[in-house]
Amino acid sequence: MDSDSLYYSLDLVAGSGHTLNLEKKTALQTSLVILKKNYKFNRVLFWGKILGLKDDYFVAQGRGEDEMKDRKYLYSFNCMDWYLLPSVTDSMTEEVSIAAKGRFIGDPSYVYEHVETHREGDGDEDGKEEEVVIKVNEERRLAVTVHQIDKEVSVVPRGAFIRTPHGLVQMNRSFGGLSHSETLKLNNFLHFTEPKNLKKKSILEMADLNPVIDFMDVLSDDIPKGSWSLQFECASKVCVIRSLLWLGLTFYHVPMTPQHGYIYIGDGTKNLDLPFML
Amino acid sequence: MDSADRLQTAASFKAYLLKDSTKTNLNLYDHLTRVLMKVMDERPHNAVDVFEDISRDVKRGLFEEKQSTLRDLTEATAAEQLAEQQRLLFSRLEDADQEEELVEMFLPNVSEIAFYLEQAGVGLGREEMQRIFLALKQLVESQGLQHCRLWGKILGTESSYIVAEAEHREGDEEEEDQSIEAAAEEEEEKAEAEENENDPLPQSTYKPPPVVPKEATGTGANKFIYYVCKEPGLPWVRLPTVSPAQINAARQIRKFFTGRLDAPVITYPPFPGNEANYLRAQIARISAGTQVSPQGYYQAGEDESNEEDEVPHDTYEVNPDFEGLPVSEMADSLSTWVHHIQHILQQGRCTWVNLAMKQGDEFNEETEAEDREEETDEPEPEVGPPLLTPLSQDAEITNTPPWSSKMSSTLTAQHAVAVLRSNLWPGAYAYACGKKFENIYIGWGLKYAGVGYNPPVPPLPQREYASGPEITEALDPTLEEEQALKEALEEQQAAEEEMEDSEDEEDD
Repeated sequence: MDSDSLYYSLDLVAGSGHTLNLEKKTALQTSLVILKKNYKFNRVLFWGKILGLKDDYFVAQGRGEDEMKDRKYLYSFNCMDWYLLPSVTDSMTEEVSIAAKGRFIGDPSYVYEHVETHREGDGDEDGKEEEVVIKVNEERRLAVTVHQIDKEVSVVPRGAFIRTPHGLVQMNRSFGGLSHSETLKLNNFLHFTEPKNLKKKSILEMADLNPVIDFMDVLSDDIPKGSWSLQFECASKVCVIRSLLWLGLTFYHVPMTPQHGYIYIGDGTKNLDLPFML
Repeated sequence: MDSADRLQTAASFKAYLLKDSTKTNLNLYDHLTRVLMKVMDERPHNAVDVFEDISRDVKRGLFEEKQSTLRDLTEATAAEQLAEQQRLLFSRLEDADQEEELVEMFLPNVSEIAFYLEQAGVGLGREEMQRIFLALKQLVESQGLQHCRLWGKILGTESSYIVAEAEHREGDEEEEDQSIEAAAEEEEEKAEAEENENDPLPQSTYKPPPVVPKEATGTGANKFIYYVCKEPGLPWVRLPTVSPAQINAARQIRKFFTGRLDAPVITYPPFPGNEANYLRAQIARISAGTQVSPQGYYQAGEDESNEEDEVPHDTYEVNPDFEGLPVSEMADSLSTWVHHIQHILQQGRCTWVNLAMKQGDEFNEETEAEDREEETDEPEPEVGPPLLTPLSQDAEITNTPPWSSKMSSTLTAQHAVAVLRSNLWPGAYAYACGKKFENIYIGWGLKYAGVGYNPPVPPLPQREYASGPEITEALDPTLEEEQALKEALEEQQAAEEEMEDSEDEEDD
């Protein structure tokens, strides 16, 4: 959610039940401007809030020249003092997925431990027991979770971002918004990450696509089908899409205007029971 | 070259440009003119980068000039229909008795509640809360409810439910139950008529386990009635009362709500009912688990006729002497909050019912149970925590404490609100500020599962009928065997006759 539109767009996503305290909203308005200046971001977005048992993390995202690749995440407790999150590597993701279980605690220095005993050698006599302890602290878990959420469920409307001939992904200044009939269909919304292209499109479908704006995967191709809930809220004015895979992610778009954005307010756990629940 | 030649070349090139294309009847000269005029008018940023798009747009623009001969059929969009419905929210009754009625009915001050909830970081947005406020007022006026409360909102995949809680009033529920019973009786009569016509089929000796009876409306899990609507302004629908079987089934399944009350709930174990029943069961569970109040706000009811400790009292009254606790204390310790809704037992009810009795006589239930306890093996009565137990006694699931509490603001702690958030039912919040407090639930209606959901396994197949001599098959004797047997019998008979004859001869 763009920091410039924060003051009115929080009401549009409030249908999911979470909003921000007035005090935090005003604090964000000040601190995000300072953040943009200090880190020299092109745009600063308020990414969302991860609820922990003892305390909550507020997460912000700064974007550089290329909207998809130059992304940095920062977290804070009081919306004033922001700390940079480490960038995520594959090994970090693996460690976190093994070691970190349960809810977020709310303390970035909390360490999750996972002990594995490996047995090497043949037979019982030669067996050597090795205890492999995998330790992950909560700050890394936060970084990996935020990165995963963005990779899997960040949403933008079709046409909002273009890929320039240099390969940079940038905002489309002439995006006028999706029409009312277009917002009813889930295939007008795209994942904002590198495309995985699971489904090969036929030539007929490709004819309507425009390589400048259609370089991302479509939401309606997600498996399992039905993992997105599209509704109209606020007296049918705003199109709201909620993810059922990461409960708490809400995307909003006001049709026929360029206003759109997404926010995640939740406990930062993936909903692995989704196939049972549909 | 001469200037005349140059002019000639230019003229011929212009003629070439003016040549119409065979496919589209456009020519390059006009097209370039239009494109340059468009660039002149619009002055786009970095025009050279988007030149091809401009050209394509101009070409596309030419095709739309043909007017369609069909007239527009204006259909009301969903937004317009909803706006018509919501306009009624803002109309006032033109009654002179209006002021008197307002005194009798109790309408919660949703604006104030919304203000405090916003401080806590929970809410649906100001305008939406205002619409819900007006819709609640409509509900109270239309149904004549005496006591009403906004319970919360349950999100679904296609649409959501806004839930209001109302106190039970005498005389309403009996009509509903009677109509259900009448329908059940008709079905039984039809089934019997069909059976009597044909030959009676063998009856199975399977007796299903006895059904736990529903609690009477006004007590236990059915203490309140719930109304739901999809959007404020649309008519409110009353939810049916909940039965213990539904609560038990709801405990074992994990399913999203779709937003349609008549949708079937297809799960294993099969849920007895449709989405309206599932919704009611989840509401009952959430209320029992997360409705809390500051300690001392409610006190136990005074009419306790039962001296036995087994039957828990379920009445509570507002304590007139309650003075609010300081907010920092409420945010720090969990023992300053208490549950004021009865806990639902394993059986699915709030008060335990002894199912082992075959002929239930409601008045003598307790005395018979005491007599029989000594004779046969009776199931142990289930007892839940008594009403008004503090939250510090709540159990935790997989190392997660059941509640998280904090103050709404650290900078202005003087006027802050204490906020309690449930970790077992994500979405349940409670706030307290001096003498005011409120509970609300805004979420998906699912409990925190911990590690993961394991669907229950279907039961083992029934054992086969024990094999014994009466049902083992034996081969019928063949013709040779029968003849051999017959000959053997005849020989035996002949031998006997000879023996008798010889005995007779000897006697003579």
